[in-house]
This record gives sequence, C-alpha cells and structure tokens, in this order.
Amino acid sequence: MDWFPLYNSIRIAAISTVIIFFLGIFSAYYIAKAPRLIKGVLDVFLTLPLVLPPTVVGYLLLRVLGPKRIIGAWALELFGLKLTMTWWSAIFATTVVIFPLMYRTARGAFESFDETLAYSAQSLGLSNTYIFWRIRMPYCKQGILAGTVLAFARALGEYGATSMICGYTPGRTATISTTVYQLWRTNDDGAAFRWVLVNLAISFVVLLAVNMLEKKNSSKKKGGI
Amino acid sequence: MSLYLDIEKDLGSFRLKVKLEAGDETLALLGASGCGKSLTLKCIAGIETPDKGRIVVDDTVLFDSEAKINLSPQQRRTGLMFQSYALFPNMTVLQNINTGANREPDKAKRKAAVEAIMDSFGISELSNRYPHQLSGGQQQRVALARIMVSAPKILLLDEPFSALDSHLRFQLERELRNAIHDFGKTVVLVSHDRDEVFRMSDSIAVMDMGQVHRFGKKAEVFSSPMTRKAAILTGCKNISAIERLGDDTVYATDWNIPLKVKSIPEGANAVGIRMHDIVPGMGENAFRCTVVEEIENPFSYSIMLRVSEHPGDSLIGWEVDKARWHSMRADEITINLPAEAILLLED
Repeated sequence: MDWFPLYNSIRIAAISTVIIFFLGIFSAYYIAKAPRLIKGVLDVFLTLPLVLPPTVVGYLLLRVLGPKRIIGAWALELFGLKLTMTWWSAIFATTVVIFPLMYRTARGAFESFDETLAYSAQSLGLSNTYIFWRIRMPYCKQGILAGTVLAFARALGEYGATSMICGYTPGRTATISTTVYQLWRTNDDGAAFRWVLVNLAISFVVLLAVNMLEKKNSSKKKGGI
Repeated sequence: MSLYLDIEKDLGSFRLKVKLEAGDETLALLGASGCGKSLTLKCIAGIETPDKGRIVVDDTVLFDSEAKINLSPQQRRTGLMFQSYALFPNMTVLQNINTGANREPDKAKRKAAVEAIMDSFGISELSNRYPHQLSGGQQQRVALARIMVSAPKILLLDEPFSALDSHLRFQLERELRNAIHDFGKTVVLVSHDRDEVFRMSDSIAVMDMGQVHRFGKKAEVFSSPMTRKAAILTGCKNISAIERLGDDTVYATDWNIPLKVKSIPEGANAVGIRMHDIVPGMGENAFRCTVVEEIENPFSYSIMLRVSEHPGDSLIGWEVDKARWHSMRADEITINLPAEAILLLED
C-alpha cells in the first residue's frame, strides 16, 4: 500500500490548520471590536465558505488562482509559479473551507471572555500583547483548541474544492479523499475500503479529542472559574 | 495628590457631562445603574475615551482633548478594582501579584516588593493557590495587593461589594477601609448603595442620566440633598411636589397638606422628609393620619399613613422603632413633620 495520500493529506491539513489558527484568531479578535455594520458584513462574508458547496468554493478559487486569472497570472509572471495542480494548491482550498470553523469557534470563545480581566491588566501596566497571549488566550484555551482540532479534521476530509484545484495525480497531489474516489471509480473496491478505514480511524481519534477537550472545559467551569 | 475631572461623552440616549474635583480623600459616585458612574470611572482609567474634556491626576494630565493628550491605560497608573476582583484565573496568587509589579525592571527589587506586599496583606501562605480556590475575602486581599504593588496614583473601585451578602460585606468593607486609609491618596468609589457610600466616603457626587445632581461633603449631601434625584438616591422616600403659599409655607400637593418650612430657596418645587425624621405627637406640621399599612423590618416598622381629613394621592411613610410602635399602636395617630427636617428640593 502506497502511503503517499495519508502523508499528503496530513501535511496539507497541518499547514492549513496552522495558517487558519492565526488567521481565525486574529479575525475573530479584531472583528469583535469593529463597528456594528462592518462586523455584520465581514461576518457574513467570512462565514460564507461554511455554507457554500465545496465545488463552488473550488470554482471561485480557480477563477482567481488559475494561470490565466488575476492572482494566478500575476504569480506566474512574477515568480514563474503555477498556483494550481500542485500538492500545496490544496492548502488554498482547505484554508478557505475551514476558515469559518476556526473563526466561529474563536469568536464564541472570545465573547465569553471577561473583559474586566483585560481592563485590570491594562491598568496594572501589562502590554496588550501580554494580555492577549497570557490572559485572553489561556482563558479561551479550550474553545480555541476544540476549534483547531475540528478545523484539522475538516481539512483532512476536504474533497470538493481540493479535487478541483489540484486534481488527482498519484504520488503528487493525491489525498485520502481523492484517492478513495479514484479507487472506487476504477473498481478497486478493496483498496478504497482500506483508505476508508484509515479515514474512519483518524476521524474517530479527532472527535474523541474534541469531546475530551469539551468535557475538561465544562468541569473546569464548574470549579468556579 | 488630587483628581481633576471635566469630561463630556455622547452616549446616544443621554450625554455624560461630569465635572469633579477631589483631594486625598474618598469620593463616591452614587447613582442608579446606567447613570454613567461606571463609565466615568472607565474614562479615568483610560478604558473609555471622552468626546472632550480634561482629566488630571496629581500633576499628570491623563487626558486633554484640546491638547490632544490621551495616555494609554498602561501609562495612567490607576488602580482599578472590579466587583469580580478580576484575578487572572490561569495564574496563581503569586503570579497574579507579580503581574502588578511588572513595571519594576529589577528582578530582585520586584521579588522584594511582591514579598513585602503579600506579607502586609497576610496572603503569603496562599501564594500557590489559584483564584477559584480562594474565599471572597482572600480574593479581595489578593486583588488589593496586586493593585498596591503596582504603586497606583489613584484608586478606582467599581461597585466593590454589590454581589456580596451582608455578613461578608461588612467584613470586607472594614478591610477595604483600612487599605484605603493606608493608601492615603485619592480614591474614587462607584456605588448604588447609599449606606456603603456613607460608610466609605468623604465626598459624594450624586449622578443621574450622565449629570452630577449634587456634589459635596458627605454630611452636607445627606442633610441637604437639594435636588429631587439626590434626595431619592440618598434614601429619602417621602417626596411631594409643592406650591408656594408664603415665605415659610408651602402646599404639598401629593399629600394635600400645608407645611411650615425653614426657608424656600429659589427654584424649589418639591419637599422631602426622611421616614425616620417624622415624629409622633403635636408640632408645627402635625396631622391626624390613618394607618394604611404596617411593614415589619428587622428592627423597626415602616408605617404607611394617609392624612385622615383631606387625603392626598400619596402615602407618607414613617419609620418607627419596634418597641415604640408596640406601645402606641393605633388605627389613627397624630404625626408631626418637623420644619427643620423638611428638605426643599428642585429638579
């Protein structure tokens, strides 16, 4: 069995999750402070990929990243870089698709934050960076961790946008989900089933982790924090 | 060691417009929730920004809209304490207090300052505990220690006791009063509780809808609130509109009775009398009243009365000692509203 799809899926999901961790947290933090109208508009815009079919997201991405489109043509001309049909093209797709998950959970976590902690910390002379990383983030830790794990799981399973933007090339762009589809299409039922089992195992572990995080969270809340 | 404050801020439904001064004393902002008192405190701390005005603590200008000065909360050196104490839940007591000493660059000095403050607040044994493992009293001590180690120039207390039950409150109030005494500089206390304000403060600013209705020394504000709002907020429960009858006589329209008063200031359009200032028996403003309702308090009765002969729209409340009421209880009694106890009020 060639393990490339597993390796490829994990590296795509991991890189996307790291990107989305920071993007999601900072958008959630700054958008929460924005004026109401801007907040409303950005909120809809940023949550859109969650409800759009992945193929629509893929289509829209191809429209900007394709070699003859705005960003795609620009990257090709400037760096000689083709943004589609490589393994890392999938990072664009998964990043857009999982962004709303991280953004939403981070925002929910930040909204539960007790702002008097930040006010007190500012008055004590602590820098805003310190307050963010040492007080706000630890306070919202469980929610943000759960969001990150969920985003990672969703990134692992991304199919629609990924298959459109990087296709299926065995050993180059194949991920678990595109491999399952390809194997099933070519009547290799046994191999497809093995990948299904792999995928089930990973999802099981991830969901278990999310549940444990949430349980830890609720028991800690009962402890009087 | 002083505070000067003159700020304005548009809040949509009303406008915050506050002008205050205080020396080395405790100044209380007394008002109902939503009157702008907490917002005023946040403007001093730099968490909220006024539209215009000036805030000076000691000789440092914290905010000046004309000179375009607006120090960050970190630069202002205010000691801000909330009712929740805002201890950082992910840090131990020691770590919490260390955050207060962050302005001290020298590690050895920082350590010494933190140890000294923990010792003086009697919390050294708690250093490895987390906030949720502490009692309410211990939390307050940790919060105060964290503020004091940061050497603030002014102490800002936002409703410090409003969530506590009365027993704990009494104890914590005493501790806080001692800490304020040791601090010795300007303290601004925000509260809606007139008893707490009376016990804790030297001067009082009574606020409503963003405006200061009465500002003065504690005793003056309570003995002569001058405005209807200030009378209500300092606990005066009997208030009636008036018509002027003569130089020292008014007609209280809500009670339908004429009243002799000391003097009538320009603009006065209401009178008030505190429930415990009414006395039984004859006098210059004595009326025969019918007892409408008897409300039993732990140590007194509140007797709700209606003037017998020509009843008005509002009842008059009289607070009387339990034993006294037991000895004189009747369906109809004569009460006197002493002229010197009648407060003349304007809007």
